[in-house]
Parts: sequence; C-alpha cells; structure tokens
Amino acid sequence: MKLLTHNMLTSHVKGVIKGYPLLIKATEVKVSEVEFNPQFVSRMIPKLEWTALVQAADGLGQLNDLPNELVPDYEKNDEFLRKVHHVLLEVEVLEGCLQCPESGRVFPISRGVPNMLLNEDES
Amino acid sequence: MALHCSRACRQYLLHLAQDNVEFRLPEIKALLSLRAKRFCPAEDFNEKSPFWLLKSVSEEDVRSVMTRTVCAKSVFELWGSGRTHIELQSSLEGYPTEDMAPFLQQGSTYKLNVYTFNKTLEFKDRIKKIDAMEYLPFQGKVNLKNPDHIFCLLEDYGTDPNNIPEEPFYVYFGRWIADGQRELIRSHSVKKRHFIGNTSMDAGLSFIMANHARVRDHDLVFDPFVGTGSLLVACSHFGAYVCGTDIDYNTIHGIGKASRTNQKWRGPDENIRANLRQYGLERFYLDVLVSDASKTIWREGMLFNAIVTDPPYGIRESTRRTGSQKEIIKPPDDFCGDSHVPVSMEYHLSDIFRDLLNFAARYLVMGGRLVYWLPIYRPEYREEMIPMHPCLSLISNSEQTLSSHTSRRLITMEKTREMEDSDELLLLQDSRFSPYRGHNAFREKYFCGITKRGLNTDGKDEGKTQMKEDN
Repeated sequence: MKLLTHNMLTSHVKGVIKGYPLLIKATEVKVSEVEFNPQFVSRMIPKLEWTALVQAADGLGQLNDLPNELVPDYEKNDEFLRKVHHVLLEVEVLEGCLQCPESGRVFPISRGVPNMLLNEDES
Repeated sequence: MALHCSRACRQYLLHLAQDNVEFRLPEIKALLSLRAKRFCPAEDFNEKSPFWLLKSVSEEDVRSVMTRTVCAKSVFELWGSGRTHIELQSSLEGYPTEDMAPFLQQGSTYKLNVYTFNKTLEFKDRIKKIDAMEYLPFQGKVNLKNPDHIFCLLEDYGTDPNNIPEEPFYVYFGRWIADGQRELIRSHSVKKRHFIGNTSMDAGLSFIMANHARVRDHDLVFDPFVGTGSLLVACSHFGAYVCGTDIDYNTIHGIGKASRTNQKWRGPDENIRANLRQYGLERFYLDVLVSDASKTIWREGMLFNAIVTDPPYGIRESTRRTGSQKEIIKPPDDFCGDSHVPVSMEYHLSDIFRDLLNFAARYLVMGGRLVYWLPIYRPEYREEMIPMHPCLSLISNSEQTLSSHTSRRLITMEKTREMEDSDELLLLQDSRFSPYRGHNAFREKYFCGITKRGLNTDGKDEGKTQMKEDN
C-alpha cells in the first residue's frame, strides 16, 4: 500500500463518524524508486489531505523534511514536488495493518495489499 | 464544389478495421473530443463502411487520434475521390497544385500503394492501376523500401463478400499520414500476458474501453471489479495511474488455480503489478485492494478521472458481496493473514449497476467518464433498459453479440452534475433497474436453450462456463 492510497482510504465500519485517517501499523516497509512525474504530483496535491499525509509519512519515518504546511506555488517547486512524489509513490507498506481511529477495527495488509472487507455485522 | 478550398478545410480519409464495428464511432468521437474537435459526418456517412471522411480537423488532430485508436487502421490526406476512376481523375485535377507540389518534388522519393476492400487484385492488375495514376505530376523517384511520401489508391467494393462487383463502388486517392494502434491488439494479447483469469478482457476491447473513457496522461483511473487487471493495463498504456479493488482475495493475491489449460496452479509472481511490469508500465501502478464494490472505502473529495470496469454478471464468474448468511465461501488453503472471512451473498445485478452509477456520480471528477459492460438478453432489450442517473449523461451504447439471444453492451457515461443525497433515493425507485432486479431470472434467460456450442463467440472459455454452471 502506497501512501497516496492511504490518503484516499477511510474506515467504513457501521456507525463510525470519524473514520479518517486510518492509523498505519507497519511491520514491513519498502522504499522503491518510481519515475518522477511532476505533472501528476501537482495534479494530486489539491486532492490530498495534507495533514494526514504528513502524519502517515512521519509514522513510517519517511518524512525527511516534508513541511507541515503545503508550500505556495508548488507547481514550480521541483524540489518540493520530488519530496511529495517520494512520499506518495515510493514508500510502500508491505506488511502490517490499518486501524479505524474510532472503532479500533483493524484491516490487515499482507504482501502490500490491504484487505478492507468487513464482517457481515460491521457494515 | 468547394471540396478543396484551403488547408483549413482539408479532408482526411480514415480507413477502419471491420471488427467491433459498433465501437468505432464512439472511439473516434472520444479521441476527437480530446482535441476539442467534433466528428462531423459527411452527407452520405455510413457507419458500417470501412472508409470515413474526417472534416473540420487539422493534420495534428488526426495524428493525435492515430496515436490511440485501435479501431482505425490508417488515415490519409484526401486528394480526390469519385464513384469511378474518371470521376477520381477530375476530382484530383481540382485539388490545388500548391498543396500537392511539396510531396511530388524532384529529389523526393515516393511509393504508391493500391488497397482494395472486399476484393483481391492480381499483381498485374495492381500495376495497371498504379500506371493509370500517371496523370499526377510525380517528379520524385520511386522507392519501395524507404520512401519520403506514401500515396494510396483505395477502392471500395462494398461489404458483401458474396456479391463482389466488377468495378468498385467508390475510389479514393490520398497521401498517407499515419497508422493506428492495431499492433497493440497483438502485442498486448491475453495469450502472452503473465497473469490472466477466466474472464480477462480481450486486449482490443480493453484499449477501446480506455479510449471511450478518454483516459490520458496524469489521470487517476479506478476499476472496482479489477480481476486480473486487463483494463488497468490498457489505461496505464495511455499514461494514467491506476488502482482497483476486487472482492476475491485469491485473484488479488494471484494465488489458487490457474486459468491456463496447461498450468494447474498460479505461479509466485502472478499479479496485476507484474502485468504492468511486463509492458514497462509499473510506474503507473498505485494499488489494488481486497474490497467489496458495494461498500465505500474512499473518502469524500478523492476524485477519479475515469472509472473503467467489467462488473461480474454471474455468468462466467460469481457475483458476490459481503453481507448475509446465504452462501458461505470456503477460505482458501493458504489464507492465513486474516482471522475472519466474511461470508459472501449474491450480489443482484440491479444492485451492482445502481451502486456503480451512484459511485461514479460521487467519485468522478466533473466531465469524467464511466465505462462498463451491461449484459443483455436480446429478445427483451429496449434502449430504456440502460440504467440512468441524474448526474451522468449517456455518451454511447455499443453492442457486442455473444449468441443469438445474448449480448453485452459497452456503456459510456459522463458526469455532468454534482451528486446530491436526494439523487440516491430517487434512483432506488427508478424502474430502469427492474429488468435486472431478478438477477437469477436474467441468468436463467441467459442460459436457456444454450447448447454446448452456442454460448460464446470465443470457444475457449466455453468449457469453463459450462463447468461453472455444473458446480
């Protein structure tokens, strides 16, 4: 699971009001190089929940020096876009789980794939 | 006649392949719309013809279309046309000399091809046709291997192979501009793909779907019934970042029984990511997740540029969602990571389409497209059966026949209005979903009267379908 995906996911457990962001509990993290595409990153930034992204990266020790606040004119800031690119696409959680912040329900991640299925009484 | 007025109103001749005939016009329209151009049909436009005229477009526009189309074979700058060769000659004489001259110059090299549709000419007859074009002021040298310019004489002998006329119905002459992407159908064939399943989408149709969806560079594309990811391969080919979900844990993880006849179990690296890697597209891989398409796992405001999908109809694969106690699916043998396997229940077709349209209305960007297949019992098909949504406009609806009484339709919709909560309630009462309400009724109809040979156009899947039914 990449952190871009994590930024998009929310808990859908029945009755949960604040199911975002999911907490990441990682036992295995992999960083692999992905070709940098500044247009794609610029396009994704306005869709991101910035605070959730910074928290997620920090929790995995991958924050580097990504700022807490989104910088202005980021489209032209190649250095900044590369940092965002790294966090969004190059950091992957291979093993571990995601946890719903409200209900505590755990969604396991195995071989990089989160399992978001709920039990019949939870949805 | 103002056929050749200036560069601005130059005409192009599109030569199309004769398979997937119904999918061609929506594809060409979608690709022209990416250039903010419309398809303006000629007065005598015949959608089934292999030759279409493109008007009010530039050479750049047609080149851009050809970088993506899998329906069109080639495009030519049209210099002249007519019902007879005499008409062609007078038409060519009316084409501005200054527009011809740059391609006929001394010192340049050229080649002249003859293409006949629905007729095979003998070599000597082809040479005769080429010689007959001598009236054009060619000044360059012929070079068959590596010419600067390629010209083509195209003859249309109609579409009836049992009634081929002596003389063509129509002849065209033009300068070759570009070929389409038909080669992708072969190079991306499912036969040579690393990881496939019983219902992997044919390569040609996958690219057609990506084109109908106008998937392009830097897009984010989602497939809620991802399976083995055939549609993600096509979408990432056009530069989109892709993600998908599937309820089937085994498929997502690429474990369990193989779909190939000569292979019993899936290999260690059979998964969607490996498929993208096979075509050099791994950089566009985001994630695939095990999830139920009937449940929302995405937060608000996370919008996809396109949703391209082939929902399960319960014909060649089971339709499932998590929920009730009806049918308990046994966990796979190597399923150890998770403690509980939610039981699956049948997922009614009407619910699948209602959920899918609601999802698209909520999670597509404005102007984003939903492209999906709808199964059809042909004797009862009416256009009003196509599921509609207040936020989505129907763009195209093309049929692929599967048997005498069944088919599937490729539906393309575009988001044209923001979703409001009231829309969802409205949809629940929509009678359009009723034909699909009795999902099992549809399946019974689908299978009624099917003999061993009757079901699929592609025979290789047939055995599997029959087996599934026997289970």
